[in-house]
Amino acid sequence: MDSYLELSHVTIDFPTPNGPFRALDKVKLSIEKGEFISLIGHSGCGKSTVLNIIAGLHQATEGGVILNGKEVSEPGPDRAVVFQNHSLLPWMTAYENVELAVKQVFKNQKSKEEMKEWIEHNLELVHMSHAMDKRPDELSGGMKQRVGIARALSMEPKVMLMDEPFGALDALTRAHMQDSLMEIQAELNNTVIMITHDVDEAVLLSDRIVMMTNGPAATVGEILKVDLERPRDRLALAEVPEYNHYRAEVVRFLHERYKNPEAEEEADSGSDVDAETAMASEEKAEVQDKQKKEDDAPVLYAVND
Amino acid sequence: MLIEPFLRIFTGPNKAEEINKLLKAIVTPLVALGIFLLLWSAGASQIKTSLGAVPGPTQVWEQAVNLLDEHKEERQKEAAFYERQEKRNAKKLAQNPDAEIKIRPYTGKATYLDQIWTSIYTVMTGFLIASLIAIPIGIMCGLSPLIYTALNPLIQIFKPVSPLAWLPIVMMIVSAVYVSDDPMFDKSYLNSAITVTLCCLWPTIINTTVGVSSIDKDLINVSKVLRLTWLTKVFKIVIPSSIPMMFAGLRVSLGIGWMVLIAAEMLAQNPGLGKFVWDEFQNGSSNSLARIMVAVFTIGLVGFLLDRLMLMLQKSISWDKSAVIR
Repeated sequence: MDSYLELSHVTIDFPTPNGPFRALDKVKLSIEKGEFISLIGHSGCGKSTVLNIIAGLHQATEGGVILNGKEVSEPGPDRAVVFQNHSLLPWMTAYENVELAVKQVFKNQKSKEEMKEWIEHNLELVHMSHAMDKRPDELSGGMKQRVGIARALSMEPKVMLMDEPFGALDALTRAHMQDSLMEIQAELNNTVIMITHDVDEAVLLSDRIVMMTNGPAATVGEILKVDLERPRDRLALAEVPEYNHYRAEVVRFLHERYKNPEAEEEADSGSDVDAETAMASEEKAEVQDKQKKEDDAPVLYAVND
Repeated sequence: MLIEPFLRIFTGPNKAEEINKLLKAIVTPLVALGIFLLLWSAGASQIKTSLGAVPGPTQVWEQAVNLLDEHKEERQKEAAFYERQEKRNAKKLAQNPDAEIKIRPYTGKATYLDQIWTSIYTVMTGFLIASLIAIPIGIMCGLSPLIYTALNPLIQIFKPVSPLAWLPIVMMIVSAVYVSDDPMFDKSYLNSAITVTLCCLWPTIINTTVGVSSIDKDLINVSKVLRLTWLTKVFKIVIPSSIPMMFAGLRVSLGIGWMVLIAAEMLAQNPGLGKFVWDEFQNGSSNSLARIMVAVFTIGLVGFLLDRLMLMLQKSISWDKSAVIR
């Protein structure tokens, strides 16, 4: 098979004091160029781990990732990552943050003026030209994330990896960001893999939604192709029956076939302590993080400005 | 920083309240100071030592003025000394234009202000050397757990060593190694500075290590994704994000260095405030205790100013302007 990005039998074991803990088991996925893929699943199912393996930040124990005919073995700017908490350097302005990436990626390819133009162009794309010289602590959460996206875009990645990019934002800002992302996507047609917790977000943005089973040893449960015409408009879509159908499909997967493991745990408490302790530390942090978010996850209403 | 509260009286919305705040900020410490002076002068006269009664604030103040006067006098003598030489040389040249002329350096005794300056100069030297060594070591320890594991026992063992234990070793080594006909630095200066260095290293190393090893993991991931070179990573990400901790360490180091220096100067009879204190003690005149007390206040004041200096530097370098630094 000759797809653009290929995950074949990706398995990862994290070492723990009680022996290896299998977080992912034989994850198989092939992605075409220009596709927008969402990864959705319950907390702790290893979505972030999948993303980190593609980014090269984690190494698969078995199997591997092939991007454009080459195996991924280490992190690199061709797989730019948009982190959940923006991770901009707080001592640099928005411009300097993007500049750091541009200078690194286009070291001997662009002249100074070209770089400047390219940095400004990317900030323009995310509508941040007005705040180029502000530092992250002077920007709102959404604006920070915009700069984070601009930084990722500026690397001209083969595939852009987004780890719950809008998870920490309030509902209104999130809707704005989704619209912006669709706009950028329409223009650049990047290959994007995005982790999300938000069913509406997944259906609205994606070409395909990859639903993951619960961990440990999580894998791809089902892949849903979203055949909605682009450009998509959240207001109009609310009335479209297909949209609601896709939504329902995802919800059914998440809440009927693979119930939230924590909800089950509450039913018979203290059942699976080993799995809990075995969970890799960052996965655990992710769980806590997301739990918090789910608790106050607002219902997304149609917003348009 | 200091003027701001005063400015706020004029610019602030509620003038009465600003004045009130300012008065509180000024009057409270003054009252405490007054009480302290009263207790001191009352207590001091009760104790008779072999050098007379323990001096109260007035005697100490007198000696402070005295020391300043002595300094001025010495400077006048020095100026006069050079003037005499110049006159003599001018006369010589007038008689014989080819005459050899010489200007002898003035070798009067060091005044109190000279001693203060020597001490500040020495502590800064020792502190700078220590920082130049400690920051790179701290960064390495923070970045590499292997290096940390290797060096940690050494750091922990050397950290609590008293400067007085280092001093003899430093003195012996300096006099063995630093042999030169035309020495650039005095040996005593090197001895003091190196002793200060040896005691200044540890807080900076430890704090830098902690600062570097607690960098946000996401930022490290950013540098991995960008494939930053090691040097770029260190200069663009590691150092800026650990600067607050680094400065905390530097401030502790400078404070320790200042204390160490005074002790080293006393013990080794190296020029500086410590030597002044020891000389006065040996001198045993009726003014000695008061003069030592002047030194005590000077040492405290200089230490305080050095700390403020570091604080200002920290504030100007730190990127996190919202952080409360005190």
